[in-house]
Amino acid sequence: MSPSPEDIAVAVILFVVIAAYALFGGADFGGGIWDLLAGSAGRGAAPRELIDESITPVWEGNHVWLVFVLVLLWTAFPPAFAAIFTALFVPLSLSLLGIVLRGVGFAFRHTAQRLHMQQLTGATFAAASLITPFFMGTVVGAVATGQVPVHPAGNVLAAWTSPTAILTGFLFVAACAYISAVFLVLEARQRGHQDLTRYFSRRATAAGVLTGALAGGTFAELPASAPYVYARLTGIALPLVAISIAAGIAVLGMLWLRWYHSLFLRGMAAIAVATVVFGWGLAQYPYLVPTSLPLAAGSAPTAALVAEFVVAGLAVLLVVPAFAFLYFLQQRRVLTAAETDAGLRLAAHLEQAPPSHAAAAPPPTGARMTRALVLVVLAIRVIRDAFSRSHRR
Amino acid sequence: MGGVVHVLAVNPVPARSQMGSSLGFHIILACFGIAFVAVTMTAEWIGIRRGDAAALLLARRWSKVMAVLVAVGAVSGTVLSYEMGLLWPGLMGRFGAAIGFPFSMEGIFFFLEAIFVGVYLYGWGRLPPWAHWWSGVPIVVSGVLGALSVVAANSWMNSPAGYTLSHGKLTSVDPWSVFFNASTPYETAHMVLAAYMVTGFLVAGVYAVGLLRGRRDRYHRLGFAIPFTIGGICAPLQVMMGDIIARFIANNQPVKFAAMEYVTTTTRDAPEWVGGIFINGKVYFGAAIPAFDSILVGFSPHTRVIGWDSVPPSQRPPLVTLIHLSFDVMVGIGFFLLALAAWQGWWWWFHRRLLLTAWFLVPSAVSGVAAVAAMEAGWVVTEVGRQPWIVYRVLLVSQAVTPSSGVPVTLGVILVLYAIFTVVSIGVPMVMSRRWRRETPAEEEAEQVPYGPSPARFSLAGPTAPPGVPPESSGGPEAP
Repeated sequence: MSPSPEDIAVAVILFVVIAAYALFGGADFGGGIWDLLAGSAGRGAAPRELIDESITPVWEGNHVWLVFVLVLLWTAFPPAFAAIFTALFVPLSLSLLGIVLRGVGFAFRHTAQRLHMQQLTGATFAAASLITPFFMGTVVGAVATGQVPVHPAGNVLAAWTSPTAILTGFLFVAACAYISAVFLVLEARQRGHQDLTRYFSRRATAAGVLTGALAGGTFAELPASAPYVYARLTGIALPLVAISIAAGIAVLGMLWLRWYHSLFLRGMAAIAVATVVFGWGLAQYPYLVPTSLPLAAGSAPTAALVAEFVVAGLAVLLVVPAFAFLYFLQQRRVLTAAETDAGLRLAAHLEQAPPSHAAAAPPPTGARMTRALVLVVLAIRVIRDAFSRSHRR
Repeated sequence: MGGVVHVLAVNPVPARSQMGSSLGFHIILACFGIAFVAVTMTAEWIGIRRGDAAALLLARRWSKVMAVLVAVGAVSGTVLSYEMGLLWPGLMGRFGAAIGFPFSMEGIFFFLEAIFVGVYLYGWGRLPPWAHWWSGVPIVVSGVLGALSVVAANSWMNSPAGYTLSHGKLTSVDPWSVFFNASTPYETAHMVLAAYMVTGFLVAGVYAVGLLRGRRDRYHRLGFAIPFTIGGICAPLQVMMGDIIARFIANNQPVKFAAMEYVTTTTRDAPEWVGGIFINGKVYFGAAIPAFDSILVGFSPHTRVIGWDSVPPSQRPPLVTLIHLSFDVMVGIGFFLLALAAWQGWWWWFHRRLLLTAWFLVPSAVSGVAAVAAMEAGWVVTEVGRQPWIVYRVLLVSQAVTPSSGVPVTLGVILVLYAIFTVVSIGVPMVMSRRWRRETPAEEEAEQVPYGPSPARFSLAGPTAPPGVPPESSGGPEAP
């Protein structure tokens, strides 16, 4: 049986969300990787500050894409979700560990400013930024190579320790570093830091070359480990692969020529990453897990899929403008973590007299008693009414 | 349904413990996610409206604490999302299509919350005051709607609706009925009120300690009064809500209700047990109020209350003593908080002054911890009381649990991590407050702020401040 249009539509939404997470979440992970590699406290101070400034206000919003991936997967494709989370219990738990450590390291780094804790929390944040993309990569590698059984009896170690899965893990790390460095080039340029622009430009080039090499390596492994995906990648999905390669080369060229056009550079880097995600999706079609779990067999009932479609529509209506607003403010540098309350503190200290709205003469006690009673009785009746009605329904 | 067949292929206890500890931890942070912004915005409103520097300073400092708590909450919430799959693939594989819809709605509200939290927390310096205040409104709204969505998913597990099964497979779903199942309005109202109470009383408790230590300036009085008022307004509503919900549960999940109230056999004139331990069919150390349980359920001593003998032993919840005592703790603390709020309310109503005697402040200082305890006890009642079902009368916990063998390991890791989180989530705000107090002396900052007849006005970045100038001249990030 072939997949219904609803199946395909929701699968497309799922891959769009995955691509968004790869871009936005990936860039934040990459920031952590560059933080890790920035060297000693003195030498790395400037790049670390830039990374921190560009990630802090947005990372939480970017993180939500991941929650959406999970929710979409379990709502629209429950059997695939159950199978993946059972068989790949270990790498998923490890990636979760990375997410937890990273978020906490990040949260406390700012408050730990004057404590010795700062270096520890910073290191936690940075190291966790490596762990999470790597293990997520192994998960994707395991799924793409079809190593996830439909009804697993427990965790499957071999699924995510195959050469392809491990290579995919490294590929994810490199891709995060790459996309992040490209974005940081523009952040540095916008702030007028010439040296940091060149600093991240060099790193973006290196990470881009490494990502390309790892992608090539993974690709070379595919004929043996994932023949179905390989055949479609070199067949119907070939245009996407070609676009990705072209966009990647274009980014490297722009960096080499120092043509830091905000929209083009960002766009090309985004296309290079997003087309790989879509290529992976197209190569798997029509399977959720290649050749064992087809889309049609693993989909939720139609009404659930339609509901997800509505949710996606709501997201486009509500979340996209909100995100645009957030990034707009962030680009305009309205959002900043560094704030002192010195003025307020002084003012509060000086202003000891109670404010001038001094109480008007209170009404007599009897009247206040009655008023209080009436209020309480009214409140009770309103709530009782509301719930007795909803109960009858 | 094959529910009667007790499949004990795998042991659900480690998974159950991991889910319980993750949820128990996250729910406290979730309360702050739902309610803390409203508390902060109230202070900000007072600050902007009346040109009150102390209120504005409170709002700023609260939002710094919020930055920490929201980040940890976002992470611990993600842990729960993962755990739905890592621990309960049997639930998600079968019913993911049904229970997924409320979670999807929650995703949208989580998105909006996260985005506007970014604006609110980091926009203090450079957004105009009222624009900044309004940037908090979407957080309050999406906090409540997000709570509605997540609680709807939990309610669905208590009152499953809106789906059709054939041969154990989900064949059709009505997302609307899933979302608005019978339990949703009750559980949501209960949880949102709880969130406001936990946040209000916890924050008020911090300042109650400060007041007790003799720091009785306007800053501390406001820091106590604003959150205490918010918590105090919710307290009577919550007690009423609890009474309504108890009757609903007596009808909707009678076995859970029976465990809550020690109703062994279906009977009229059912007594209300206060305290007591249930061993081998008898209640020890408890006080029984004759026929009062029947009166609470149906306003008459002759109301029939269904006991747990109505289902076979395999379908009864374990640990009835835990369920009953948790219920008593929740109700007891609810009345304690109601009394506190009424006391302060009485004093305010007739004297138009804050009541700040030690007799009142000492119980107020512990009111936040008490509110947390009550909320945790409430979740114990609803979750343990639903056992052995994960979806009431549809799916057993043992059918839902993962066959993966790593759960005891992840349970250990989670416990260690959450112990660290707890220490840090409490420790960091404490360190922050100590730093704030140490640096309060005005002379330290006096040189940085132009001294004038109205320093308060100037530093508010209010209407009189020159536009575009950040209120503090000392060091933005652009300083090299």
